[in-house]
Parts: sequence; structure tokens; C-alpha cells
Amino acid sequence: MLEIKDLKASIDGNKILTGINLTVNAGEVHAIMGPNGSGKSTLSSVIAGREEYEIEDGSITFDGESIMDLDPEDRSHKGIFLSFQYPIEIPGVSVSNFLKTSLNESRKAQGLEPMPAGNLLKMMREKMELLEIKKGFLSRSLNQGFSGGEKKRNEIFQMAMLEPKLAILDETDSGLDIDALRIVANGVNKLKSKDNATIVITHYQRLLDYIVPDFVHVLYNGKIVKSGTKELALELEEKGYDWIIKEAEGK
Amino acid sequence: MNLKDKLIQAYKDGATQGLSFESERSKHIQRFDELGFPTIKDEEWKYTNLLPVLKSDYQLSEDESEVTALSIKEYILTDTDTHLMVFVNGEYSEELSSIDDKQATICTLSEAQLKAPEILKHYWGSCISKTPDTLVSLNTALSKEGAFIHVPKNKVAEKPIQIIYITNGVSSDLFLQSRNLIVVEENAQVQITERHQNFDGKEVFTNALTEIHAADYSVVDFYKIQNDNRSCSLIDNTWVKQGKNCNCTVDTFSFGGKFIRNNLSFLLEGEHSESNMRGITLIGKNQLVDHHTMVDHAVPNCLSNEMYKGIFDDNAKGIFNGKVMVRPNAQKTNAFQSNNNLLLTDSASIDTKPQLEIYADDVACSHGCTIGQLDDEALFYLRSRGIPFKEAQAMLMYAFANDVLSNVKIPELKEKLNRIIAEKLGVDISLEI
Repeated sequence: MLEIKDLKASIDGNKILTGINLTVNAGEVHAIMGPNGSGKSTLSSVIAGREEYEIEDGSITFDGESIMDLDPEDRSHKGIFLSFQYPIEIPGVSVSNFLKTSLNESRKAQGLEPMPAGNLLKMMREKMELLEIKKGFLSRSLNQGFSGGEKKRNEIFQMAMLEPKLAILDETDSGLDIDALRIVANGVNKLKSKDNATIVITHYQRLLDYIVPDFVHVLYNGKIVKSGTKELALELEEKGYDWIIKEAEGK
Repeated sequence: MNLKDKLIQAYKDGATQGLSFESERSKHIQRFDELGFPTIKDEEWKYTNLLPVLKSDYQLSEDESEVTALSIKEYILTDTDTHLMVFVNGEYSEELSSIDDKQATICTLSEAQLKAPEILKHYWGSCISKTPDTLVSLNTALSKEGAFIHVPKNKVAEKPIQIIYITNGVSSDLFLQSRNLIVVEENAQVQITERHQNFDGKEVFTNALTEIHAADYSVVDFYKIQNDNRSCSLIDNTWVKQGKNCNCTVDTFSFGGKFIRNNLSFLLEGEHSESNMRGITLIGKNQLVDHHTMVDHAVPNCLSNEMYKGIFDDNAKGIFNGKVMVRPNAQKTNAFQSNNNLLLTDSASIDTKPQLEIYADDVACSHGCTIGQLDDEALFYLRSRGIPFKEAQAMLMYAFANDVLSNVKIPELKEKLNRIIAEKLGVDISLEI
């Protein structure tokens, strides 16, 4: 589904990604871990199409096609979704209007008619239930005055509405208490199928108790320096990153 | 003959003969003769050059022309039960208007001479300061017709009143002086909308003046929809005088026209009153919108709220000048002013200037101006959810302007404004919350 080859990216002349190779297939969950500043968030932004980053080399293909030249909205229409580490507050745009526009623009891109209001509302209600979101939520301004937990829940709510093929969860666990974490993880798990894939970016093993990865990658200095299965995450939790850094630098 | 001479000649030739207030008119035409049109040398007109507007060869009146009821539909509220006053080329159109004035007297100024001569005499011109802008003098001297609204004590005008000034089928460019007098008595309420609309693409220059007298315990909401043809220029002078415990709002929505200057002045004469001034300006190529506001806190314990939002595209030019005067005895005044602007291009500009003159010591006054661009992070966020760039921009701009729109109390008007904004932003998405 997603294939990244030797990806190098920089911002304002600073090299952030120095050669990423990553293949994600349908039905898989990949966890990307790594110390602060290793390039985790940059990788997710670059996949989603953030224009501030300069791609210096390498390729990103999605379903066999290069997406390097696509705008963020086109990538979204192809089924890529990024759950933001810090969702943006947008006063004056309600959650419901935002979702309606988002969903209908995606439908338009697929040549579909806008979803009838009744169906849309029904769908919103179902997904809200899944994420234990309260009723009044829809009419609130997008992320404005939301608690950390509400913001992250809102991200997964959007993901549930858009039903992406590839979801990238960028530190979705940060700022969540244990109950919110459980709800969010539960939501993600219910949305999982053999046709979609998830990339979970996280600092901590904690989230991976709930969203169990098939593969774990360690990012360091803009490169994946070690890959393994979920046991690798446990090992990191126990031993920290130092041994991997040493191993990587020793190479 | 230049425009100034033409105007003075018209007065001498008896343009206002037989109309009331002869001595007032003569005083003001003299004043206009002495001082002429304002220029950029006047402090109040420093950033707004009126000269290009004055260059056209305007005629000063025009015969009535046909505008069918159907063709004005687009410019008025149609689903709301309202009183409708339509003026065509400066004359009242009985045919296009519809008024049933059970709660209030709603008529033209010339009819008011018969229907309510005492009120007219008492209030006409009384709101205006002694040394107004010379354009106010010009209007006072030469205005002939306009709307007269009188809401008696304890009455609520249940239906909003729409005033629309149309120009159509004129033989050459036209310079008009329109004038409204609104008197809202004690404990009375009214909602009014006003619009100037040209139909034929001629250059029309309107120097409008509205006086609003709001007595104790009254509530007045006045909405100005400025979305005229690009050939048109408007100077809109509005004078509001408030008694005690009364609440007045003037909201100005500026989208169209090539040149708009708003002079909005509030005088708070009674305690515990509230003045609201809000505006959205959304303009583009070769357009200029200037908001000059003044709120005069002459007594203690009043509140004034000012919120203007501007979005400027292409080479649009905006001017905001907000003066707040707090007189020495006006203790416990609350005065808030904000002017926030988005510049979408490098060639768009805004000159913004808050002017606070505070002579009382126990007051809460604040002001803030911002000038910025759309937030890249927010744009990326919306785009990452599949919302295309243009629509994402539109959503953010709408969100930016929304605090002003959310205060509009007539639902159909709010919808209409939403549609105009979506159209101006070139998107086909529903923007309402």
C-alpha cells in the first residue's frame, strides 16, 4: 500500500529525514518509535503532504502511484489520513460543518454526490458512540477550548468518518489519561480491517498495549535503525533507546 | 463646471425650493461653499483620496425609471415579513414599496411634512455635530428625499424595515444625496436594513446620511449591506444619539462598490446604554473601504463595543479609524474596540488607527488592531482532511469574520450575507455553522 524508498527531507536547510525505507501493506499495523527529534513527526507530515518540507531524494508511492507531487487534499482523497499530534484550533468552524465539508469534498473527488444530511447525521452519531463523544460536541468550534483528550478523540472521530486506507496516528497517546487512551485505542481497533493499514507514532510502549503492532521501527537521526516485532517495543520500554543508538552508531 | 460649482449652482437654481429647513440648508450650502470637498490634507481623510470619485461628470437628478418587482428580489429579504421602502433614482416608488404601518409611522421625508411635521421639525438635523464633515453639510443642504421612521413610545415595530435606494436607467453618471431620519421613542424597538443598489452599471455616487434618535429604553438594530456595482461610490454618514438604558447597533457589511467611506458616530447621552458597531469588509481588486467611527461617552456607566473585521485581496485598500471619547464625568465607562485584518496579497493594504481620548479615571477601555495572513498550519489541517485549498481558505476567512455575522438578528439576512460571502470567496460550500 505505502512504499517509501530512501526518503530524504529537510526544512530550512536542516536535514531531518536522511534515508527512510518503509513498506506498509494492507491489514498491517506499524509502530514508529524513537527519541525526541528523530524525525517521527516530519515523516508523518511529509507523507500527508505538508509543503514546508523540501524533499531532497527518494520516493513515496501509495497503491503503486507516486504521491510526491500531490497536494495534501489529493492525498486525503486517495485515503491517507494524519491524526495530528497538536490538532489546530479553528474558532468559527463547527465540528459538524467541518466534517460535512471534509466528507463531501472527498466524495466529490470520487465522483459521488454529497451525502444526504440525514445519512450524514446518522453516520456521525454512530461514530460518536464508538468514541464515546457527547452530543453537544458537533456544534462546538473545531478544537477550540477542547481538552487534550477531546482533541485526540476528535481526530479519531474524523478518521472514523473518512474511513481512510492508511491512518497515521502521530503521538495520539500524548495528553491522554488512561481512560481516554482506552477509548481512542478501542476506536482505532474497531476501525481496523484487512484492507486498511495504520502507522502509530509514539514515544511510549503504553499505547501499544492497546493497539498491537505487527511491526515496530525505531527512528533515529532521520533513519530507521532497527525494525522488529512488538517485542522490540517492550525491550525499548525496559532498556530505553541508548543501546539502539549505540548499535546504530557502531555500524 | 466642476462638481462643487455644479452643486452650488443647483442650490442657487432652486433645487430644494419649497422644501423644509430652508435656513438650515442655506447655512450648510454656505459652509460647503467655503470648505469644499475634503482632501487628503484633512486629517480625517488622510488615507482616503476622494478626488478620483469627484472627477466624473455627474448629473444631480434623474427621472424615475422602471424597475420591476421581480428584478429587485435578489437585493431584498423576501422570506421575511418586512416593510419595504424602495427609492428609484432618488424618488420614492409607491409601486415597489409595501408598508403597513400599524406600530410606527413609516413614510418618506416629504410625506412626513404632512404626517408628522412636529417630529420632523424637532429631530431633523439635531443629531449632527456643529462642525461635521463638509459632506454632511452638502447632504443637509441638498438632500430632498429619504426614509422617515417614527416608532412611538412603547411600540415594537414587529417587522423589520428594509430601505433600498436603487439607481437604474440613468442617462449619465449620477450624484445623489439620500437621507433617513429614524426616531425611536421611549421603550420602543425597531430593526432596519439599508442598501444602495445600482442596476445599469453607470457611475453612481451617493452621499447618504442617516440620523437615529434612540430614546430611553429603546432598542435599535441597523444593518447596512454595501454590495453595490463596482461602478459605484458611497459616502455613508450615520449619526446616532442615545438616551438612557438603550441599546443601539449599527452593523456594516461592505463587499461591493469601488469606493466606500463610512462615517459612523455615536453619542451616548443617557446612562446605562450600550452601543454596538460591527463590520465585515471583504473586498478585492480596485476597491476601497474606509470605516471612520466615533463613539462619544458623554455620561457615566455606558458600554461601547466595536468589532471590525477586514479581508483584503488583490490591491484592495482598507482604512479603519476608530475614535473613542470618554468625557471627564463619564466614569465607569466600558469601551472595547477591535479591528482585525487579513491581507491576502502583498499589494493589499490596511491603514488602521485606534484613537482613544480618555478624560475620566475610572474606566475600562481597550483596543486592539491586528493585521495578518491566514494560518498555514490551519490551512494544512483542513487540506489534510480533503478540503481543497480554495475551500479551506474560504472556511478560515469565514471563521475569521464569523463573530460579526453571528450577531445578526434577522435569520434571512444572516443567510443572505452567508451567501454573499461564499460567492465573494468563490466557493460552493455552505459556510454557516
